[in-house]
Parts: sequence; C-alpha cells; structure tokens
Amino acid sequence: MKVFLMHPDRDLESEQAPSPNSAELTQDLELNTLFEAMAKGDKFIFKVAQQVVLSSLAAPGEIRYRQEILQDCLRNPDVVRQIYQIPIQALKNKQSHWMGIFTSYPGGILSSAREMLEMFVNLLRALRQIADEYAERFESPGFRRFFTMVQQELDDDYFSVVIEHLNTLKFRSGVLISAELGRGNEGTNYVLRETNHKDQNWIKRVIGRKSRIYSFTLHPRDDHGARALGELRDRGINLVANAVAQSADHIDSFFNVLRLELAFYIGCLNLSEQLAQLGEPIVFPLIAPANERRLSFTGLYDIALALTMKQKVVGNDLYADNKDLVIITGANQGGKSTYLRSIGLAQLMMQCGMFVPAESFSANLCNRLFTHYKREEDVTMERGKFDEELSRMSDIVENITPNSMVLFNESFAATNEREGSEIARQITCALLEMHIKVFYVTHLYELAKGFYDRHLENAVFLRAERKAGGERTFKLIEGKPLQTSYGKDVYQKVFESNQE
Amino acid sequence: MTFYSILSRNAEDSTKTDTIEAPAFFGDLNLDQIIDAITAGKNEYNLKPFFYTPLHDAETIYFRHEVMRDMEDPKLMAYIKAFAEKMIIGRRYLELVEKLDFNYHKKGWFLEAALVYCDAITDLERDLSLANVKSRGFLAFRQYVTNYANSQGFQSLRTEAQKVKGGLSGVKYCVIIQSGKFKVLKYQGETDYSEEVEKTFERFKQGAVKDYRVKIYERSGMNHIEAQILDFVARLFPEQFAAMDQFCERHDSFVDETIRVFDREIQFYVAYLEFVADIKLKGLTFCYPQVSATSREVYAYDAFDLALAHTLLYDKKPVISNDFFLKEPERIIVVTGPNQGGKTTFARMFGQLHYLASLGCPVPGREAQLFLFDRIYAHFERVEDIRNLRGKLQDDLVRIHNILDQATPASILVVNEIFASTTLNDAVFLSKKIMARVMVLDLLCVWVTFMDELSSLSEKTISMVSTVLPEYPALRTFKIVRQPADGLAYAFSIARKHRLTYEQIKERIKP
Repeated sequence: MKVFLMHPDRDLESEQAPSPNSAELTQDLELNTLFEAMAKGDKFIFKVAQQVVLSSLAAPGEIRYRQEILQDCLRNPDVVRQIYQIPIQALKNKQSHWMGIFTSYPGGILSSAREMLEMFVNLLRALRQIADEYAERFESPGFRRFFTMVQQELDDDYFSVVIEHLNTLKFRSGVLISAELGRGNEGTNYVLRETNHKDQNWIKRVIGRKSRIYSFTLHPRDDHGARALGELRDRGINLVANAVAQSADHIDSFFNVLRLELAFYIGCLNLSEQLAQLGEPIVFPLIAPANERRLSFTGLYDIALALTMKQKVVGNDLYADNKDLVIITGANQGGKSTYLRSIGLAQLMMQCGMFVPAESFSANLCNRLFTHYKREEDVTMERGKFDEELSRMSDIVENITPNSMVLFNESFAATNEREGSEIARQITCALLEMHIKVFYVTHLYELAKGFYDRHLENAVFLRAERKAGGERTFKLIEGKPLQTSYGKDVYQKVFESNQE
Repeated sequence: MTFYSILSRNAEDSTKTDTIEAPAFFGDLNLDQIIDAITAGKNEYNLKPFFYTPLHDAETIYFRHEVMRDMEDPKLMAYIKAFAEKMIIGRRYLELVEKLDFNYHKKGWFLEAALVYCDAITDLERDLSLANVKSRGFLAFRQYVTNYANSQGFQSLRTEAQKVKGGLSGVKYCVIIQSGKFKVLKYQGETDYSEEVEKTFERFKQGAVKDYRVKIYERSGMNHIEAQILDFVARLFPEQFAAMDQFCERHDSFVDETIRVFDREIQFYVAYLEFVADIKLKGLTFCYPQVSATSREVYAYDAFDLALAHTLLYDKKPVISNDFFLKEPERIIVVTGPNQGGKTTFARMFGQLHYLASLGCPVPGREAQLFLFDRIYAHFERVEDIRNLRGKLQDDLVRIHNILDQATPASILVVNEIFASTTLNDAVFLSKKIMARVMVLDLLCVWVTFMDELSSLSEKTISMVSTVLPEYPALRTFKIVRQPADGLAYAFSIARKHRLTYEQIKERIKP
C-alpha cells in the first residue's frame, strides 16, 4: 500500500536536505509569507510546504501529475480534509493512549504491537468507507489509483483475516515451537508453529498423533525455571513479535506518508481560499521543457505582496518567449523588485505542481533557480560589500548548471558604475553562453545600455512605468533603458510630503 | 627435510628456551613500545618471548627472512590467518567444555571443537599446496601437514566427527510451552506461523522500519529447563546420541603437538608483518638487511625510528628517515646539533635496527647492512633515584662502568646525553675518558652529545649533525647528516632569515 499522491512512483521523503541556496531563495522571494498562508498556523503544513516548494520537480509529467491531483482537491476540499483527518486521528490515538513499542522483550513487544494494530485497523476501515463513498468524484490518475488501492487491498475478507490473527496472537492456550540442535547441542532455529487458530483444542489434536511425548511440570517454587521457560517462549515468539511490530510500524508510516503528502494539498487549499477572498486569480501554468525558452503571462502578480497587503495588487503582462535575458531598469519604487519576485515565485510554484498567481502563465522549467540580491553590509566586517557579492556569485557559479535561471537584483552596484558594469557584463555574458536564463534588475545604466545596443534577439528590456508627472503605475513596460532612475522624484516626494 | 620449527632450522636452537624478561635496553630504545604494539591483541600466543630473544647466527636469521618473504604473499598470509582463526575457535570450544555442567551439552561442544580442528587442517593442507612457498621452513612444514592430513588417525577423526554431526543436525523437535509446564515431541510438519502473520500484513510494507527482533543473548550455558528438554530429545532420538557418546570416548585428545606449536610460532611473522603493513601506509619502506658477525661496516638508507612511526601512524606529520654508514676503521657515530632535532630518535633507530635484524625481521629502511652483535647496551639519562643515595653524576658513572665491564668487542653501545649534570669542562673530561675506553674495546657505538669536541677524537669517530631548514630555523627537519660539527649551522640559518648573510648584505647594500 503506497500513498503516491506527490510522485507517481515514490513517496515524498519526510526529511529532505534543503538545497544550498534555500536560505537565499526564502529571503529574496519572501517565501515565508507564502508558507505561512499555506500553513494557516499549522507548523507541520508549514514545514511540508517549505520542503515541497523548495524542491522543484524536473519532469513535466510529474508536475502535471500533481496539478491534476490539486485540481481534484480544489473540487472536493471537504473530502480531502476528511481523509487528512484519518492519519491525524492515528497520531492522536497513539499520543493519548501512550501507544508505542517501548519494551524490549518479545512478549511485551507482541502485546503492545498487537494493540496498536487493532487501533490502526479501525482507522483503515474508515478510510475504506470514504473511498467507497466518494471515489467516483475524483478524476486525477493519482487519486483514482489511491482509492482503487484502498478498496482492493482493504476488502472485507482481508479485514476478517486480520481480526482472526489479532485474536490468535493473544496465545491464550500456549505456544507450539519447533527447534533443532545447533552447536553444542543447544536448541536453535526456534520457529513458532501454526496451531490452527480457529481450533481451541489444538493441543489435544497435536498430542493425539502417534508420537512419544515427554512432559515436565515445574515445581511451583522454581522461579528460576519459570524464568527460563519464559525466555524460551520469548525465543519462540521473537519473530512473530517482530512481524507484528513491523506491520504496525508499516501501517504507522503509511499514515505518516498520507499525512505528509496531503499536508501539501491542504496547504494549497488554504492558499487558494485566501486568494479567492482577495479576489486574486489563480491559474494552472502551461509547462515547457527546460531546454526551451518560454515566458508569457497576463495578470502576473506578486503573491507575497498580495498576502502581506491583504488586497488585490497590480498585475503585469509579458510576452518573452525565446528570450534568455530580461533586463529591468527604470524608476525607483516603480515595482521592479516586486516584478522580479513575482517571476521567481511563479517559477517555484509552477515547478512544484502548484497553481500560479496570474490570469494566464506559461514558462519553461529551469534546472535550478538562483537569486543574487544586494545584501546589507556584512555584519562581521570581515570583508567589503563588493567582495561579499562576488563571493556569493562564486557560490552560485559553483552550483549552477545549464538551463538554470538567475534573478539578479541590483547586483554588483557596490563599486563604481564602470567596474560594476563590466563585471556584471562579463558574468551575464558567460551565463547566457552557458544557456542560463538571466533576469537582471539594475540601475547600472552602462550595463543595461551595453546589452541594449547589441540588439540581441534573445533579450527583452523592461522599464518601470513613470507617468509624465512622476506618478508610478507599478506596471512594467518594454522600453529602452534610461539614464536616470528618477531618484529625484522620490527625493521630491519624500521632502514634499514632509513639508505638508 | 624434517620439520622442526618455523622459527629455526634445527631442534636445539636457542629459541626453545622462552625468555620471559625484556632485555635491559628495551625501554631506552623504545623497543618496548614497538614489541607491545606488535603483540597487541595476540596475548594468547604469548609472543613476547620470541621478541625478547635475539639470534646470534646469520643462518637462522636468513632462515627467518625466507619464511617472512613467503608470508609477505597476501595469499599465504590469508591462508595462515584463516587457519589461525579456526584454531582459536577450536581452543575456545575446548575451554568451554571444561566449564559446562550437562553431559550432552559438553559432548556437543567437544564435537564442535573436533569439527573445526579438522576443517583447519584440511583447509591448511589444501591452501599450502596452492601457495607458492619457497622457504626451507614452509617447504618442510608443508610436507609435514600433507603427511598428517593423510594419516589414518586424522582421517578417521574427520569422518566420524562429520557423521555424528550429520545425525544430530537432522534432529527436529517441538516444545509446547504453557504456563508452568512444557511438553517435548518430534516435529511433524506444522507450518511457520510468523511467516503467515508477515504475509498477511505484507501489503503495508513502506520503507525500512525498525528491527524488533530482540537479540536474545546467546550464552553458551544451559539452564536446567534446556537441559531437561535436551534429555527428552535424546530419548526421542537415541541412535544419534549414542553415536556421539562413542565419538567422544574414542578421540579424547585430538590436537597434534607439532601443529599446535606451529600455530603459535607462525604468529611471530603474522604479528610483525601486520604491524609493518600499517607503517607502510605512511609511505615508509622496510628491507631485509644483510647481517654479519664480523664486518662492522654497517649502513642503512632511509631508516627511521619504528616506535615514532607507530606513534605518528594516525598523525599527518611525516616520519623523517635518515641514512648512516661506517667504513673501516670507523666505529663511533657522534651526533650533535640543536635540541629537538631528532638526535635521540636517531640513536634509538640505530639500536632498533640492529635489534630487529637480530630477530630475523625486516628493518625500517630501504637498504641495510647490520652487525650481528652479542649484546646491546644503552646508556640514557635516568631520573634521579633517591634510593641509591648516589648523586646523578656518580650514578651515570656507575652505570657506564658496569656496561664497560660486561661489554665485548661484539657489543653495541648507545649513549644519550651522558654527564648532563656537571660542568661542561668536567663533562668533556669524563666523556673523553669513557670514549677512550670504548675505542679500546672497539665497540660499535652511537653517542649523542652536545659536546662538539667528541666528534673528532680519532679516526674511529665520525660526526653527524641534526639540521635545520635555513628559511625557518625554528622548524626542525629531523634530518641527521654526516658533516663536521661546527656548531654554526643554526646561527647561520638565523642570519639568513634576517637577510644578514654575507651575500645578502652585499646585495642589499647598493653601491
């Protein structure tokens, strides 16, 4: 029995090592805002959301598999939440009854594992009932497989066999153990033997056969002997205790996986409900393979901004198919960073199978996503800002592969414009030649103009819009880089508003 | 070719008498550390006496070289180790039999001991026939083992043991356990219940889960319940147990004496080679030295202190190797130079090399010719001993006097910083006196000292100096080189560091 709701062919790993640039991505793309919205206060969902969003899928097929399951969830939120309650119930039962296998002798292991199994079996029945009742409403291959499996593996006959074993395992009338002579004529290969559990009188039946039998009754005060006999019994039931305990563990981990994998979809449900309240659209993206260059969207908005402001925010449109380089310049506080973040967020959400915050969205996958944002001054004072920037860039270069994507936000501006531009130019050119998609928000006019003058077919230049009066629309439009970033506007705005 | 021993050519060799005490110079030369490390984990063979007993004839040393070279073949080494392991197991079983209480239990373990011994012999015979052995020792031993393994006594031991074991292995019985009582009967084909339970729940298998099988302590004892069960089993299967009784009566002591002695003695080689293998991992080499009881023209290239190499085994620090040679009429190496420069290490190395050679072992170095001594004497500084009521100087003199009394021209003397507790003038005076006697005795000697004067007393002395890196005089190279003791090497290199040598000053001062 496998859950397989996150991958068509494997479980979601419960603990994945975070990719080395997770911290940067989380900070630069405001990912925690996204995770918090998904979690709605549930730490477990937060953790799962974090893990899943930060581990992109590589194959378009895998992404579509999740998309379809998520679409099922959006159609049947109540049923999905009902299923999610089952593993949660298992966890609660275990905690409230102090269930678990804590002893270290076979007799104890057997009885606590048997008890746990009994509890699990009841929850499995509940799962079967949900499957019987609602399976038909689900269309995704993932959910269909899941429900079919539940119905086939957990049929009534199976439940009755399991109940029978759970009774036999109490061993009310003794155990039958076979053994052989090992080294030194010591008993070995102790194997618990079938006594036909339906028959209470198995002992008489065994003894009734034509074989000599030697019996021995311990003296009532022979404690030592009683202990030895108990030890022998433990040897006999060691394997069956292990089998029962491992079965309990397996079911336990089945529930854990179910909880883990559904947590992601519950998080998506939570998020979609909040966005619906804000009146923000969501859409399932169209995916192109990593070696193509595709990026077209309408109404793409920064989900982190919308969630933080708790209101509808400005969306942008772009047609940038077959482009490798997007350079964004223009007015200060014109929405450049927001724009860059919305692209990064959409890319990550798409690559983990989620919907994206837009009216329409299509993009190619990227092998890995990196962000390179300008940082606060290094608090340790160990090195200068420019040195620090280059050091982070070196980490990226260390880890990057072709068909990855880098988002630069005002990088390499911590030196004079000429040096900064030249270094940025060399880095950008090298990345492009290595088939890496680059988004670059910059004030470095020389850098932007340099690329603009080359009339590259695979480059797009965007500018934060500024109306003639200095008013910002927070829209980005295609346009030639300008030599001023209209810092004067901002200056005036600040000083004028102070004067008022 | 008759086989006597894997350690010596003939029966009446000195190795037959076990030396219990370590020789007096062991501590000073750190040989105690080396031998402790070599024999560690092999206590049951009591190997130390072998390492405490130097040989005095070259022929036996070469006899051991041959065996050692054979043992360097990893195949043969593996064979011998496999054999040794089985012999250990066999001994463990026999020791166990002595401690047990119940008849069938004792006999059961006795049978196991015989079985593992038979295995050991059969495998050894086959393995040796496959091994490409060349030494006199192994060729003779191989012949011995072949004869023994094919002897009627051994053959009948083996067949009977296997037959009895076969019978007992076939025994399969059942125990019904209820509270306070049990029943024993023959097994009649009941199916495995654990498997069935496992099968029922198989569909839930997820990833790996914890193993709940309790490691039930496999003690080699039997409580009275188990003994009672065994008695019942013996009654259910009388033939198999009668056969075992007979076997035990017929073969009450089965280990061959020559095999037993070989099993111990071969460990001399195993232990040494295992120790050497670790040291070689540090990139150091060993060689089989030429030995001579007449020529004092000794030399060694890339030799090193084996105790130090062992201490630095898991350290990144390299082990520095050194060369030395003596030509006629040279006898005495006088080592001088800065402290902590490896002088004492060098002196120890000289002693170790000679001692290890006298055991018939390969020595630490690339190539060596060494002297076959009668005794080694070491004079190292001692902590003042309050009990002998002598001053330190007097103590030094008493000890060196005793040594010179006993030493013969075939002895080796290692002296380390003698007379450090007196004035320089006294020390030089006394040292010259002692040195003169050493020369008269014609001893082979290494003499570590801070007194440069000693290095050029006569044609018998040569001078070796510990050196420093010119650029970093504070760092020791631990290289000891043969050059005059001018006492200047150190000062010179400090000058160079400050760019104050003649050439440097000329260069820096522009005309």
